[in-house]
Amino acid sequence: MTDSITVTVNGKARRVTANASLRDLLQQVDLDPRAVVVELNRAIVRRPELEVTRLGEGDQVEIVHFVGGG
Amino acid sequence: MDNRAEGIGDEPLRIGERTFRSRLMVGTGKYRDNATMVRAIEASGAEVVTVAVRRVDLDRTKEEGVLHHLDPGRYFLLANTAGCYTADDAIRYARLAREAGFNEFIKLEVIGDEETLLPDVAGLLQAAKVLAGEGFKVMAYTNEDLVTALRLEDAGCAAIMPLASPIGSGLGLINPYTIRTIKRRIAAPVIVDAGVGTASDACLTMEQGVDGILMNTALAAARHPVAMATAMRHAVDAGRLAFLAGRMPTREIAVPSSPTSGMLD
Repeated sequence: MTDSITVTVNGKARRVTANASLRDLLQQVDLDPRAVVVELNRAIVRRPELEVTRLGEGDQVEIVHFVGGG
Repeated sequence: MDNRAEGIGDEPLRIGERTFRSRLMVGTGKYRDNATMVRAIEASGAEVVTVAVRRVDLDRTKEEGVLHHLDPGRYFLLANTAGCYTADDAIRYARLAREAGFNEFIKLEVIGDEETLLPDVAGLLQAAKVLAGEGFKVMAYTNEDLVTALRLEDAGCAAIMPLASPIGSGLGLINPYTIRTIKRRIAAPVIVDAGVGTASDACLTMEQGVDGILMNTALAAARHPVAMATAMRHAVDAGRLAFLAGRMPTREIAVPSSPTSGMLD
């Protein structure tokens, strides 16, 4: 059995596999890393680091993109 | 705009190290559908288009961001910090926007009042200093106040963006004098942002000598956004050309246009 942890992604609690990377998280929510920007605990994680950045219990993740605006 | 035919040269708009063909910049918000937005932006002739930074809606992941509709190779994406009420929030959004990897420009908004969406000048100056120090090309949305504009320029802003009237109001150019004064005193490009409602507003604004206009709702909320975008393109060109042409002096009394001599007995 795989351990899982709870993280907050875009304001909502989500269960992910313990030791999952941010890249894994993006895959889980079906997002192309090239189309989004990711913040982990209010620090930007650059694209090359997504794969090696591991999630921990209680982490706060924000995934943003560009939408229509003035 | 091509004014060379009549011998009036115009320089292209230059902000930071970048040169832009069109003096009309447009937003991408509030259109009834994406197809209309795309056609309106094309009709406007704009090169710079603004976008906002928001959370991806993870419950509807297949809903597309705006870049699924706009080719980032064709348009210059100007991210904004709309919706930010503190300098810290605006700085955070600006850094996220830059990380998207398109350019170092940011349309900086720090809002101070929900009803009028007028800027928080203290927060704006604070954020502008930090972001300019980090290498951002800051285009600062501000009120039509000369002293604030001067301080923003001192803070290192690449462009000053005074409002014509409040965001989304369509009230037009309320104070041509202050806009003219800002343009006269500021060396950085002055791009009037917000409040333009229809083509005559855009034309009148450009006649003040400013370097460009940014608009969104005037197009998105028009009954026919594509037609209005076309009208705005002509209005911005016409206003610019009229400014360069140099208007006649105004007089309080009539002066005949036809000869007063050679009249019949």
